[in-house]
Amino acid sequence: MRAMATKLLSCLRSAVARLALSTPLDVRLLDRGLSVGEALAAFNAAHGDAGGMVSFLGKVRSDGDVRALELTHYEPLTLPGMQDLARTAYTRFELEGALVWHRVGVMVPGEAIVLVAAAARHRRCAFEAADYLMDHLKSAAWLWKREKRGDGWHWVEPRDADRTDLARWK
Amino acid sequence: MGVRILFLGPLRDLAGEPERELPAPLDWTGLLAAVDPEIAEQLREPRVHVACGGRVLTDKTRLNARDGDEIALLPPVSGG
Repeated sequence: MRAMATKLLSCLRSAVARLALSTPLDVRLLDRGLSVGEALAAFNAAHGDAGGMVSFLGKVRSDGDVRALELTHYEPLTLPGMQDLARTAYTRFELEGALVWHRVGVMVPGEAIVLVAAAARHRRCAFEAADYLMDHLKSAAWLWKREKRGDGWHWVEPRDADRTDLARWK
Repeated sequence: MGVRILFLGPLRDLAGEPERELPAPLDWTGLLAAVDPEIAEQLREPRVHVACGGRVLTDKTRLNARDGDEIALLPPVSGG
């Protein structure tokens, strides 16, 4: 009887188990796929008092003959740089919290590369923070991207538009 | 032990190797002389940064790597 009750309890616990996020900032470099629904549900639960939450999910485009994308990083700089970025956004946009997750490794079209979420008292701050975080992750984080096409791997250079986007925040 | 040089992103392909050991101490002139001319040319570009001991140098020409230091050569980034 007791064994059954314990089993039932642990079942209930796992049914409500949530991904544990660190608050107010959760910054991660991930070497495997991320569950967007789970991440956003946990983020929403962690910031129940925020008036609004904005998220952005970046995915591998199936452009032309792109078969895969690879992101590499430099351990001593990449994650600390992303943490600094999250802290700056937190202060600048008066956030209640932020989630900044970036994939590294090889991904195929349709797969998630990056997920950011910002929670704030009012929507404008949350929108701007998500935009700010993405512009900086695109062209000011220590990440290098290359794509595999029919004729092999090609490094992706930052576009002029990425630099212009970044300059908006200066 | 020497100094460990890491070639990041496209610099890795250009160098034909992910890393290389060089004797310590190593300064900017020493680094430019030790790497392939193609890499040296890239390093002189303002958009290419250099990190030593886990910190990005504000002025890479003042590089002063000691025994055991790791130097990372950082070309323009592209994330997201």
